[in-house]
Amino acid sequence: MNDLWAAPITVNLLTGFLGSGKTSLLRRLLRQPDLSDTAVMINEFGEVGLDHLLLEAVDEEVVLLDSGCVCCTIRGDLKDALLRLYGRRQRGEVPPFRRVVIETTGLADPTPIVATFAADPMLKHHFRLGNVVTVIDAECGGANLDCYEECRKQVAVGDRLVVSKIDIAGPGKTARLRARLAAINPTAEIIESGEADDAAAALLTHDVHDETTRPDEVRRWLMAEDAMIHDHDHQDHEDRNRHGDIRALVLSADKPLDWAAFGLWLSMLLNRHGRKVLRVKGLLNIVGRGAPVVVQGVQHLIHKPVHLERWPDNQARTRLVLIVRGLDPGLIDRSFHAFMRLGVEARPLQEAVSSA
Amino acid sequence: MCALCGVFGVAEHWSDGSAQASTGAERQHRVAVANRCLAAYGLSLSDWAGRYILTTRTGASKIIDNFGALWPEAERLTGRVCDPLDRDSINALDVRAAVR
Repeated sequence: MNDLWAAPITVNLLTGFLGSGKTSLLRRLLRQPDLSDTAVMINEFGEVGLDHLLLEAVDEEVVLLDSGCVCCTIRGDLKDALLRLYGRRQRGEVPPFRRVVIETTGLADPTPIVATFAADPMLKHHFRLGNVVTVIDAECGGANLDCYEECRKQVAVGDRLVVSKIDIAGPGKTARLRARLAAINPTAEIIESGEADDAAAALLTHDVHDETTRPDEVRRWLMAEDAMIHDHDHQDHEDRNRHGDIRALVLSADKPLDWAAFGLWLSMLLNRHGRKVLRVKGLLNIVGRGAPVVVQGVQHLIHKPVHLERWPDNQARTRLVLIVRGLDPGLIDRSFHAFMRLGVEARPLQEAVSSA
Repeated sequence: MCALCGVFGVAEHWSDGSAQASTGAERQHRVAVANRCLAAYGLSLSDWAGRYILTTRTGASKIIDNFGALWPEAERLTGRVCDPLDRDSINALDVRAAVR
């Protein structure tokens, strides 16, 4: 069995509000040579506006969800559709695609789609969630952020935020939207749609799962996290990382953390508040591990931790961003540090036992 | 087991981390850390043949595989909410640290 069959298939979510330009971006993405082995799942087949040529080109790789909204039927249709597609791939009925792009409806909350992956062992075994790409248009995006929670959640869970229609909105409006996006989701990369044209494939192919692009990805997170820590230390202005009830916060620790204590705390937090923890992203300094540990996830779905060879900024300390909805950042910080002390308490005892 | 490819054991959890997690010493350490928290809920965890046993004070027990399964089972066994953001629980951990 070669890598093609052994490696999990990357699934990218392409989300964005009604009329934001998801389908235009998808059309450009599918023309990229690096994405030629991509299967596409859409759920408003008759309305998405993909041109006829494209539909023919991907005909064998398109699975149409029968019922309207993906998010309402997620546990049944999406899982079944993905596994059906996987089965066809295994039987050679469709080309051996390496990637699936799921385009959500404009009003979809993307988080239940993520939850489906977290909940199902079969999906987790065969697929892994790659970048979530959120399209937001510069002209109407600000108003949509004000009015629609779905829009705020789409931004909060994105790894890449593609700002479209900048020619209509103009530079001032675009800049204001970019600032709001950075406040909601500090670790996401923001790309204007013109830039996306030049390097569209990288929106999907450059992610933290790829060893070659992982250091750059994490370096960007750390820059955002350090800026948040700096802001927190100079609280003479309003909290810029608060947006409605969505709030980005950074947890930091100078001393190495105990992995067991971290796992206990985060799994407890996600069990009780997983629907309110929209993103987790960061680099951990763990006792006994020479290399920094990358942790990231969306809601209940935490990816298997991976290591970096070295600290991207030569600062061996933990920095972890959480984007939460309706949770108290101060309580999260207190809870995190209280649980990390449990690891410190237990460690000497165990070391004494094991050395006896 | 995965019905598509017949692979067993596909329910691994992120908190298992790397291979280091499977060593006996690391598992003992995990149990020790967890028990410092679980005591507040009248629960205890023990290592058993590569799995864990979660036990109440009255002797009811459940076998679990990882920390991901720990908290849903802890809430079922006790009928209580296990919330790391509960102020009383955090205060208790802070007090515990202060008296050490």
